[in-house]
Amino acid sequence: MKKLELVCPAGTPAALRVAVDAGADAVYMGFRDETNARNFPGLNFSREELAEALDYAHARGAMVFLAVNTYARAGDDAPWRAAIKSAHDLKVDALILADIGLLAYARETYPDLRLHLSVQASASNAEAINFYGQRFGVKRVVLPRVLTVPDITKLNGEIDIETEVFAFGGMCPMAEGRCTLSSYVTGKSPNRNGVCSPASHVAYVNEGDILTSRLGGFTINRFGAHEQAGYPTLCKGRFKAGGEAGYLFEEPTSLDISAILPELAKAGVTALKIEGRQRGKAYVKQVVTDFRRAVDTAAAGGRATLDMAGLSEGHQNTTGAYAKKWM
Amino acid sequence: MDVATKDLSLGPLLFNWAPEKVRDFYFRIADEADIDVVYFGEAVCAKRRPFLVPHYEAILDRLKAGGKQVILSCLQLAMDRKDMAAVSDMVAMADEYLVEAGDMAACSLLAGKAYAVGPTVNVYNEATLKFFEAEGARRISLNAELPEDSLKALASVATARLEVQVFGRIPLAISARCFHARAHGLAKNSCQYVCEKDPDGLTVETLDHQSFLAINGLQTLSHHYVNLLEEMPRLAEIGIRGFRLSPHAADMIKITNLFRARLAGWISGEEATHRLAALLPDARFANGFFHGMEGLATLEASAAAQPC
Repeated sequence: MKKLELVCPAGTPAALRVAVDAGADAVYMGFRDETNARNFPGLNFSREELAEALDYAHARGAMVFLAVNTYARAGDDAPWRAAIKSAHDLKVDALILADIGLLAYARETYPDLRLHLSVQASASNAEAINFYGQRFGVKRVVLPRVLTVPDITKLNGEIDIETEVFAFGGMCPMAEGRCTLSSYVTGKSPNRNGVCSPASHVAYVNEGDILTSRLGGFTINRFGAHEQAGYPTLCKGRFKAGGEAGYLFEEPTSLDISAILPELAKAGVTALKIEGRQRGKAYVKQVVTDFRRAVDTAAAGGRATLDMAGLSEGHQNTTGAYAKKWM
Repeated sequence: MDVATKDLSLGPLLFNWAPEKVRDFYFRIADEADIDVVYFGEAVCAKRRPFLVPHYEAILDRLKAGGKQVILSCLQLAMDRKDMAAVSDMVAMADEYLVEAGDMAACSLLAGKAYAVGPTVNVYNEATLKFFEAEGARRISLNAELPEDSLKALASVATARLEVQVFGRIPLAISARCFHARAHGLAKNSCQYVCEKDPDGLTVETLDHQSFLAINGLQTLSHHYVNLLEEMPRLAEIGIRGFRLSPHAADMIKITNLFRARLAGWISGEEATHRLAALLPDARFANGFFHGMEGLATLEASAAAQPC
């Protein structure tokens, strides 16, 4: 069985070096602007930093993928085109895109550039994936977090491009690239601005022992003294819909598919993606180290058990939609 | 239809109404509504579809007899074989009707034919617009989060007819997960069709009783109803030609008449909004997206008013 490729987050040059040293087969990052879906303060790369990152990674046998995975602005797509040009000029190993207009531009202008389809394109079926392959020469699709292992097996039989699946980290309960919840409440959107539930709109209010988290003036959650307060990502809040209050959209859990690596390899998956460009070096080091071991163990016919609950949001993990019961 | 002509359209019914109620709703739209285009088809959940299929022919015939242009809407999120079958069934009628793609699978199946692109297919910039026009798109309904600047830039280069939602709850997200089932403690595959209990969606409140979203099966909608009555002349001025109303369990005939009157310039935005509020006493209105703000924001009519 072919060994799964481990694709790891690099929010900063420091995180990139840690990930490469810990055994990443590839790292992915974005430029420090609205052209990528993790447009957070203090994150991402300048052109010079990307050039250095390429040298560092390539010297150690790791690949570098650049994410330009927001949707270009009408009337002003220059920042996105400039990012694609830099990807070409600096010779990244792959460019991760979501926007149809940018895919068409990249395909036409830089036909040798290897293109991956971002999860932000939400291509969830063979017909859609093959369309991206045929029209734009996309070589790999990052699958939405909505498919079960049997779905993925079937899909890999029906498409002729590689698949990359999310392995660990944050969970989006919504189809990615099709969600404007953040935009509705804060005016800042994943598709347009590369942000979701931005810190600029977050407030924490203490009332005695109770901590209330708000986003854009709306209460997202409330925690007692004994509870760990999570970041108020809109879809991870406690809300009421008819009955009692609860986690209506998604529990504050992290995705962890380390337990089913052999099944994913058997399903024909090429690569595993670790989420978390917003995470610190210590987190990246531990997750990449543990997954490196798990992937190598699975390739040798074994099954590694990881205990990474301490690293996870809410200290809980789930295999998400890979097991149907999530839905 | 002349490309310069403005038209009024009724988007696909997004909610799970009883099949007979759906049939009667469309019969009434066919017979009484002063509307140019009617979108029809299940866009949210493939599980709802079989109950309505027996009524398809009668509904489509009645709409045609009523002089409406019918556009068939497809699912917004297609994952499994059942979803794809639902999409394919609509695409199979593409020679007879314009079909509106809800995702890239439908775009792929419709390529080369004249077709419509729905608001859940991301068309955010000119290059994307040009791609879909070359593929056969004749009508493109734009994502509700696009602000005026983007709409204007797109309209300035479009040969396809561009459409914007001007009324109703805004679709904000679609998921593999059913939130209606989840809210009732049920699994998606044994959902008991609980979404049928909420003809306009189920309001989502925060822990501080702020109403801010609505769930509708796999879909999450705005709690507020978008209302661009005030902005319609401005939309027309920048080149938007389609004005889409999303159906609700309200008097859609009267609501349609109101938007028709506003489109024709017979009534002011302020007066029209006043009358709309009377028809929907419990609804809160919003127009923030168009003005480049958070979608739920309401810019007052006086501030939003544009010379027309």
